[in-house]
Amino acid sequence: MNSTVAEPIVAARGIHKHFGHLHVLKGVDLEVAERELVFVIGPSGSGKSTLLRCLNRLEEPSAGNITVAGIDMLDPRTDINHARQHIGMVFQSFNLYPHMTALGNVMLALRKVAGKSRTEAEKLAQAALERVGLADRADHRPAELSGGQQQRVAIARAIALEPRVMLFDEPTSALDPELVGSVLAVMRSLRESGMTMIVVSHEMGFARAAADRVVFMDHGLIVEQGPPAQIFESPAHERTRAFIGQIRQH
Amino acid sequence: MSAWDRFLKTFFNTEVMAKYLPDILQGMVVTIELALLIVVSGIGAGLVLALIRSLAIRPVNWLIIFVVDLFRSLPPLVIIVLIYFGLPAAGISASAFVSTWLSLSLVLMSFAEEIFWAGITSISRGQWEAARSTGLSFGQTLFNVILPQALRLTVAPLTNRTIAITKGTALGTVVALHEILGMASSAVSNSYNPSPLMMAAAAYLVLFLPVVVGARWIEARFAWKR
Repeated sequence: MNSTVAEPIVAARGIHKHFGHLHVLKGVDLEVAERELVFVIGPSGSGKSTLLRCLNRLEEPSAGNITVAGIDMLDPRTDINHARQHIGMVFQSFNLYPHMTALGNVMLALRKVAGKSRTEAEKLAQAALERVGLADRADHRPAELSGGQQQRVAIARAIALEPRVMLFDEPTSALDPELVGSVLAVMRSLRESGMTMIVVSHEMGFARAAADRVVFMDHGLIVEQGPPAQIFESPAHERTRAFIGQIRQH
Repeated sequence: MSAWDRFLKTFFNTEVMAKYLPDILQGMVVTIELALLIVVSGIGAGLVLALIRSLAIRPVNWLIIFVVDLFRSLPPLVIIVLIYFGLPAAGISASAFVSTWLSLSLVLMSFAEEIFWAGITSISRGQWEAARSTGLSFGQTLFNVILPQALRLTVAPLTNRTIAITKGTALGTVVALHEILGMASSAVSNSYNPSPLMMAAAAYLVLFLPVVVGARWIEARFAWKR
């Protein structure tokens, strides 16, 4: 990146996270430019999900600085609920609200956080469901949807608020293999619309095709990062090589 | 006189029954009023305590847990007697009605708080995280996402507990409350005949059987939609 590039939309510096005596993040720096798609990979326990969850303060970092879309996320004066509108998040286990329809799931934050009227929220929610290809499932409860459909509703719920950044925490890990494609297709179209995305996932095919950068984490630190071809084909570090070799076998 | 006639004359004496029917009906009114008040205040206070507990303010939660455990351990009868005979010593006098209402409300509050709390904590952390990640506040998440799911889980245990505790209105007899059982036992003493007790039993059935059947229906209804 050259120095004339605008401020990164996500800038995390010196992030530490302790869980009791467990030191999960040991000083991580991560900058993400607008419209960039960054893949974060690494063995389980490497701290990649924790890093992602620190970015919208679902986890409270023990030390460091985080700015997202110009907002100092760790400043106590920051209205965190307002800031989170700009940061969409998608979870491994979907976490749809089971007592609401797909439309209701998408509408809730539009109504309560963005302050839209019922008709306006309904229109925006319907449009978001359209974007994930589920306009015809608006009246279905989560229990009546497949895993892939649930995850797409969860994506619609996040993008309806028009976030500046989307965080994906292993979005396809809980899905049956045949359902993964539909979720990746939605992520790809988001990518094409210019959404800034940080994705924790091991979908190497998708990373190769869509990611601008792959970040490899291990033991709470970023070991190396670079374009997907470089990380997957000729990693500089032994640990990266070992990890890539392991996930390739699956 | 046959044994059967003697049995009828003793336990279903129509003369005695006719004489004391108005008393029993009066007792029913008191029982209904008391039961309704206990349900409203007990469940209401229990929900409020559970909501306060979800704020996770440590000293406050210790206090809630202490109060709730106290009223769940004490026999309701002991609480009624303590309030009725003990409060006047503290300069506050409570009528039999108020003592019984307050006692059973505190007991129902305590059980209801535990049931609501169990419901709230059984909702997965992912629900909180998903809602908070979209910018919903703690309170908005609690009321729009967590409680609607938690309350559905609490319906069955809560109705059972409510029935058990509202039946405890009969304990009001020990402080001379004129509810069904109180009316019936004074009628028994006055008439030297146990027929009023049979009327009391019938009165309880008339009052509580529909509630029990209704609870069964509510449970089934809420169970489908999970």
